[in-house]
Amino acid sequence: MSGILVFAESEAGAFKKTTFELLGKAVELGLALDQRVYAAVLGDAPAASLGGYGASKVFQVAGSFGAYSTLAVTAGLAAAMKASGASVLLAAASYAGKDALPRLAARLDAGHAPDITDLRVEGGALVGRRPVYSGKAFVDVRISSGTAIYTVRPNSFPAIAAVGGTAEVIAVTAEAGGKDVEVLNTRAPDTEIADLTEAVRIVSGGRGVKDQASYDSLIRPLAAVLGATPGASRAAVDAGFAPHSHQVGQTGKTVNPQLYIATGISGAIQHLAGMRTSKVIVAINKDPEAPIFEYATYGIVDDLFAVVPALTEEFKKAL
Amino acid sequence: MKIAACVKITPATDSRISILADGTGIDASGIKWIISPYDQVAIEQAVLLAEANKGTEVVIVTVGDDNAVAQLRAGALAVGGDRAVLVQDAALANSDNLGVAKALAAVLKKEAVDLAFFGKVAVDDDASQVPGMAAELLGWPQVSSASKFELAGSGFTAVRAVGGGMEQEVRGSFPVVITADRDLAVPRYAKLPQIMKAKKKKVDTLSLSDLGLSAGDVAPKVAVSSYALPPSREKVTLLGGSAQEAAAELVRRLRDEAKVL
Repeated sequence: MSGILVFAESEAGAFKKTTFELLGKAVELGLALDQRVYAAVLGDAPAASLGGYGASKVFQVAGSFGAYSTLAVTAGLAAAMKASGASVLLAAASYAGKDALPRLAARLDAGHAPDITDLRVEGGALVGRRPVYSGKAFVDVRISSGTAIYTVRPNSFPAIAAVGGTAEVIAVTAEAGGKDVEVLNTRAPDTEIADLTEAVRIVSGGRGVKDQASYDSLIRPLAAVLGATPGASRAAVDAGFAPHSHQVGQTGKTVNPQLYIATGISGAIQHLAGMRTSKVIVAINKDPEAPIFEYATYGIVDDLFAVVPALTEEFKKAL
Repeated sequence: MKIAACVKITPATDSRISILADGTGIDASGIKWIISPYDQVAIEQAVLLAEANKGTEVVIVTVGDDNAVAQLRAGALAVGGDRAVLVQDAALANSDNLGVAKALAAVLKKEAVDLAFFGKVAVDDDASQVPGMAAELLGWPQVSSASKFELAGSGFTAVRAVGGGMEQEVRGSFPVVITADRDLAVPRYAKLPQIMKAKKKKVDTLSLSDLGLSAGDVAPKVAVSSYALPPSREKVTLLGGSAQEAAAELVRRLRDEAKVL
C-alpha cells in the first residue's frame, strides 16, 4: 500500500478551492516520499482535469452526492481508498471533513489527524501541525497506523497552478450500506457569500459597532466591496447585531483567512482563539489599549464610524 | 426512552494556556475545568426531551479521572441528568480519540440508549472526531452540528448546517448520534435545590475491562507532542492621520506590502 489520495471535494460540479490546496501539498509530499498522488471524486465533476494539477490517477465514485449524506461520503471514500491502494488520505476540514472523515477513520481503523494547518516530512514520515485550545497552542501529530487520514484547515496551503494534461479516470462503485437519515429539504444560503470557515477574506464587527443598523450599513458593505464574508464577535452576536452563524471565536467559527479586518472588536481571548491564525489581521478600534492590537498586522486607532466608510470608498477605487 | 449525553471536561474557554517547559502538554495548574460548552448544550437538549416525555432517563457519560466527578455533579447532574457513568482507565489516559470513541460506544451499547447527544466539538483538542467514530463503531447514523431536534412519530427530525451556509432538514429513526451546535438549546443554570440533589445522584465508575475492552483495543494510532504557544506575530504597524488618510494608506499596504488584495 502506497500513494497519497486527495479527496477532491466538489460543489455543483466544480472543484472547491481546497482541492487545489491539497493537491499542491500532495505533490510536494509525493516528491519527498517517492509516492504517487491520486484524487478521489464523488459524483459528477471534471475528474480527468485533475491530471493537470498533479494527480496521476483519479478514482471517481459514481452516484448522486448532491444532497449531503454522511454514509455516502464515508462509503465513497472507503471504496476510493481501497481501489487506489493509497496509505494516506488528505481531505479538507470542511463539513464533510469534520463529519464523515472521523467515521471513515473508525471504519478503516486508521489514525486521523484533524484540522491540520501544516504537514511536513521528518525522517521519512509525515508530521502534522495543528492548533489546539482554539489556537492558543500548537502541537505536532504523528500517525503510527498503516493507513493515515489528515484533514486540513482551508487556506493552509497555496493552491497549485494548472500545468495542463489529463489523468486516467478509474470508475469506482460504492455501496452506502447502513441506514442514513433521510434528507427532507436543503435550504440554500440567502447570499452567494463564502462560508466563514473557508473564506479568504473576512470583515468582522464587534460591540463597538453599536447596533444592528450600523452592522448592516457599515460592516456588510465593506465586506461586500472586498468579496469578504461578514463576521462578528460574541458580544455583537449576543447583542443581536448579527446571527450566530456569523460568530467568530471559540464558541463560534474558527477561521483561517488571508485577510481578517476586525472593527470595534477589543480582542477577548475567546475571539482571538477563533481568528489568530489569519495571515493578515487589521484592527480598527478607538481604544489604543485594546488587546486586538497585540495580534494585528496593521492598526488604525480611530472611530470606526469614520474609518469604515472611508475604507469602503478606498477599496472601491483600488479593486 | 433512554438518552445519553456524552461530555468532555475541558479548560474554561477564558483560560490562559501555558505550556510545560518540556513541551509534553499544557500547564494544568490554575486552570478552571468545565464541561465543554457544546456538551453543555447536548445535556440541555437531553434534559428538555426527558422533561417533555415521562419515563425518560438521561445518562451522562464521560471518559476521565477522579476530577471529573465534581464537574459531572455540578454541570450535568445538577441541571437534570439522572445519573452518570465515568469510564476511568490508565490505558485511556494515553489513548487517542478513536480509543475514547471505542470506550464511549461500549457504554452506549451496554446502556442500550435510544439516542446519544454529543457537543459538536470539544474546546480543548478542537477535533470533532469522537461522535462520528462512536456512531460508526455502533453502526448508527449520525447528525452533526444540529441546530434543531424534535421527536416525530417513532423517530425524529433535525436541522443541520452542512457547510457553505446550507441547512438540511433530516428525518431518521433511533438509535442515532446527534451533535449539538450552539442554537440547539440554551443551557440552564443549576439551582441550589438541584445542586443539593445532585450530590446524591449515582456516578458509576467503569474500567475498560468492565466494558469488555483491553488496553490493546485503545492503543493510540495518533501521537501528540511538541506543545508550543502560537508563533508570535510581528508588532502592529499603526497607521495615523485622518480617517481618510489612514484608510488610503491601509489599502496601499494591503495591496503592495502584504499582497492580499
